[in-house]
Amino acid sequence: MAVLAGVPLAIGLSAWSGGGSVRADEVPAEAAAAGVRFPVRVNRPSGPPRVLVDTEGVPPGTTVACSTCHATRPPDRTNARTDDLDEFHQGLVVRHGDSTCLACHDPTDYDRLRRADGRPVAFEDVMDLCGQCHGPQRRDWRHGAHGGTTGYWDLTRGPRTRNHCVDCHDPHAPAFPRMRPTFKPIDRFLTPDAESHE
Amino acid sequence: MSTRTKPEGKRPTRRAVVKGAAVTLGAAAFAKAVSPVAEFAEGLTVEQFLRRHYKELSEDDKREVLARIERDTEAEYGAACKVADPPPLPGVKFAYAINLSKCNGNGKCVEACHRENNHDRDTNQSYIRVLELEKGSMDLEKGNTTYDHAVPAEGKDYLPVQCQQCDAPPCTAVCPVEATWKEPDGIVVVDYDWCIGCRYCEAACPYHARRFNWKKPTIPADEVNPDQGLLSNRIRPQGVMEKCHFCLHRTREGRLPACAEACPTGARVFGNVADPASELRWILANKRVFVLKEELGTKPSFFYFFDD
Repeated sequence: MAVLAGVPLAIGLSAWSGGGSVRADEVPAEAAAAGVRFPVRVNRPSGPPRVLVDTEGVPPGTTVACSTCHATRPPDRTNARTDDLDEFHQGLVVRHGDSTCLACHDPTDYDRLRRADGRPVAFEDVMDLCGQCHGPQRRDWRHGAHGGTTGYWDLTRGPRTRNHCVDCHDPHAPAFPRMRPTFKPIDRFLTPDAESHE
Repeated sequence: MSTRTKPEGKRPTRRAVVKGAAVTLGAAAFAKAVSPVAEFAEGLTVEQFLRRHYKELSEDDKREVLARIERDTEAEYGAACKVADPPPLPGVKFAYAINLSKCNGNGKCVEACHRENNHDRDTNQSYIRVLELEKGSMDLEKGNTTYDHAVPAEGKDYLPVQCQQCDAPPCTAVCPVEATWKEPDGIVVVDYDWCIGCRYCEAACPYHARRFNWKKPTIPADEVNPDQGLLSNRIRPQGVMEKCHFCLHRTREGRLPACAEACPTGARVFGNVADPASELRWILANKRVFVLKEELGTKPSFFYFFDD
């Protein structure tokens, strides 16, 4: 689908990571090191998302592929934000810079995404899409300095699992959410009342 | 050593019998002599009292010690556990780096440490403290660990502090009985059976990273982590010091420490700093890195860094 490369995009991304191909090796740097016996497994989406259908007459819990609806509806490129929509997706909160829907979604096939230059990206490879704007994060991730890791620090002894972008960042509102601490120490020095001296 | 050849076989020599009897009687007498200790320090067995220093334990001694701790844990906590003593890995120097641009103070590391390391449930003990500081301030003394609101809060920074595994540790130098020392892989450990609980090390540590067991830890049987290490997370007795040991029962098996796996922001990076290909080395070479209280010359193996 390289013919899409020339399609003008109505997007205004604040951080543009330069033109041309931004594809980088997705193999984490540590996995490329010699002597590695166990794999570094990178989480990734299993495929295109399924959309819950909440319509009368449809059994509850029914989901459909994006293309189920979008195949029959020509994309309206003037719709930049969910506020512009007359129906569907209206409640979707998008807080991702000035990105429009079609900055990431591919209007020729809604079951996949596309890069800024129009080349398609499978949902499984979403990191390629994020990385074209978020280069420093992608660089840090490749070097193990961004994103959670579980398993073995020593790959000669066991495997490792790495998070990928969408594990922690909602692509529509990627700022890491605030959290409520659930576990507090009972600090003998800073909260003298917390522990009674028998 | 005598050069005489002893008659081998059925009949023990007189010498051996006398020696054996003396050892048995001696041990019995000594056990009797130290029996007041059992009353003074409840739960301390004679076997425990007579134990050698960790570094002087033979493999057989160690097996006995591990088996004894497993038995005691089973008896006192009703939980079956496996106590091991994994040795330091050759060519490995452990270090830690925390991304302060990512840490949001949620405290999952504190809780993970609490559960992994069989800490006292009553006091929510943990080897990690997360300090909430005024933004831009690095005044640890004004840090607050008991904040209870959504994080990150406006105008606040968060600083997780645990043992910095110093290369020049002030804590080990002050121990009057050598119950704490630095291992070849950089981990500062405590022999809980050797510690006399004087708390000099707690006073010496500029990071407030050492904890004293004021009471016998209470842990429900079903919450005891059965994967235990002799110098790490086996349940500590009352009256001894304890500290972060980089989860050596996990990390010396190649696994990540519990706090690193628990961090939901990906702020914690752990590994072998002696490996030039490690993530840590990349961070040290490419990020703005600092150590806590560098001016004290403690040479921490624990680094903090910022993005950008």
